[in-house]
Amino acid sequence: MIRSKSVLFLMILLSTVVSYVFTGHPEPSWPIAQIDDYVLNIIVLAGINITLAVSLNLVNGHTGQFSLGHAGFMAVGAYASAWLTQVRGKEFLAALHFCDAAAPVVAFLLATIFGGFVAAIAGFAVGLPSLRLKGDYLAIVTLGFGEIIRVVIQNTDSLGGARGLTGVPIRTTLGWTFAIAACAIYVAASLVKSTYGRGFLAVRDDEIAAEAMGINATKYKVTAFVVGAFFAGLAGALYAHFIGYITPEGFNFLKSVDVVVMVILGGMGSTAGVSVAAVGLTVLNELLRQAEQYRMIAFALLLIVLMILRPQGLIGDPVRWFKARRANR
Amino acid sequence: MSESKSLLELSGVGIRFGGLVAVSGFDFSISTGELVGLIGPNGAGKTTVFNIITGVYAPSEGAVRFSGSSINGLAPNKITAFGIARTFQNIRLFSSLSVVDNVRTALNLHLQTGMFGALWRGRKFREEEHRVRIEALELLEIFGLAKMADAPCRSLSYGDQRRLEIVRALATRPRLLLLDEPAAGMNPTEKVELMKLIRFTQERFGLAVLLVEHDMKVVMGICQRIAVLEYGRKIAEGTPSEIQKNQRVIAAYLGEEVVDA
Ligand SMILES: Nc1ncnc2c1ncn2[C@@H]1O[C@H](COP(=O)(O)OP(=O)(O)O)[C@@H](O)[C@H]1O
Ligand SMILES: [Mg+2]
Repeated sequence: MIRSKSVLFLMILLSTVVSYVFTGHPEPSWPIAQIDDYVLNIIVLAGINITLAVSLNLVNGHTGQFSLGHAGFMAVGAYASAWLTQVRGKEFLAALHFCDAAAPVVAFLLATIFGGFVAAIAGFAVGLPSLRLKGDYLAIVTLGFGEIIRVVIQNTDSLGGARGLTGVPIRTTLGWTFAIAACAIYVAASLVKSTYGRGFLAVRDDEIAAEAMGINATKYKVTAFVVGAFFAGLAGALYAHFIGYITPEGFNFLKSVDVVVMVILGGMGSTAGVSVAAVGLTVLNELLRQAEQYRMIAFALLLIVLMILRPQGLIGDPVRWFKARRANR
Repeated sequence: MSESKSLLELSGVGIRFGGLVAVSGFDFSISTGELVGLIGPNGAGKTTVFNIITGVYAPSEGAVRFSGSSINGLAPNKITAFGIARTFQNIRLFSSLSVVDNVRTALNLHLQTGMFGALWRGRKFREEEHRVRIEALELLEIFGLAKMADAPCRSLSYGDQRRLEIVRALATRPRLLLLDEPAAGMNPTEKVELMKLIRFTQERFGLAVLLVEHDMKVVMGICQRIAVLEYGRKIAEGTPSEIQKNQRVIAAYLGEEVVDA
């Protein structure tokens, strides 16, 4: 039990070190660190997608709700963080002048956390009234939320409106991306393992029985939603500070669908499976870049075939799979 | 004033589903240490009474009091926290969880550490997780399920799944236990075994138990008092021998079965 926390701390430490080495955009300080920009791009996007998929999995996989609004929370995080570092960038940096040379990095980290919190608040505001709804109805409400966010941003001139927000400082590194992905994985995995967290699974398996065992199903659902939104917000902030340019269109419904596909492919409820699916789909997306217009058709077909042939997800639980193989030997 | 000593008190409770009056004018009470049977033909309203007591349905009329306070219209999880636990006529285990995790989930109610404890994994959390597992295993042991603790609950036999439901209900640390046909689908030997266990747990944990069961011999053998429902109304209440002699009950429900017994 203690070990998993130490592993997390080690990973974060390692990521932080790596983030100084592989700074990506500024001159890499190590020859080994000179990975191809294109490859680095894909790796960072994969890390962001892991955070997105693992956090949505908490809602859709572990708690058994059906949210289609994850891109909306991502947008909230992206814009909230960019508001601090770009729109109010000068003032914010000035306020952090005591950090000297580290001020830009500190500003980025604080902005990212701020993005997560604003997204979490949005998650609470959307979750509390709508989690009484079940299945399709919840999907529609969350989809509507995502669209509302998009339209609101489109009409907010101070956030760049429909043209988007340019000049977001580029601060996201491989290290920070994977530190946050590691946090998301750690949070999901250790929550679900604990007695407290078994409540999420109980709500998914049988809400009436869960309530009869003293579990406050609404509270669990809202909690899953808020934690999920928090990490989606972090992912949005990472994305904004990686690409440096965000538009409301970048967080449309199709982005939510992307994440839902990762969760389903990875096998709802399996954190490890969902992480693998996130990486796989990121790479696939890049390969299909030329055929962008057919991507969604391909995904839809893939999902239909999957639902028929392998409803437990393509990947299921790789951890269990390895264990089973070892046990067989 | 003797009424005020009872643990659960239903007065004039009734519920309608559209035009159907499922339960009406139901007066009933049960005290700590009692084992009471609730019987009646299929569709008489027994499960509905359970659903009203546990807050699944709010009664259309009447009052439900538990341990002196009104629990009318409270959410089911609040009512469970007050000390009422139940099993389901149609087994409702958490199908993706292991046997012991089904029980752990029910101990959730009594956790000191919450979400942040689970994330920080400090000493208090680890000790509590350990205690929870021990308590779950102890309860499973009583019902002979401890050796299957880590098996998926779906892999249990039908009878064991019913036993697991009782263990899970006990894990909420109730004062009143409602058992909805816990012996359904068991053979006569298994039934006798189960009733002994129910008796044992009732005494060990000092519970009040309300038992719905079809097998008359079983109910007559174990219950101190029996209430009979028909078409949502209570038609008789008394000791097993009184119920056996009651003409209305014989006519409505027992028929020849009791004459045989
Ligand atoms: N949710 C419901 N909606 C409509 N009718 C119901 C509902 N629950 C129970 N009933 C009806 O109430 C009556 C009593 O059912 P129930 O309590 O399950 O009987 P028992 O458990 O004694 O066999 C039945 O006629 C049943 O159809
Ligand atoms: Mg019934």
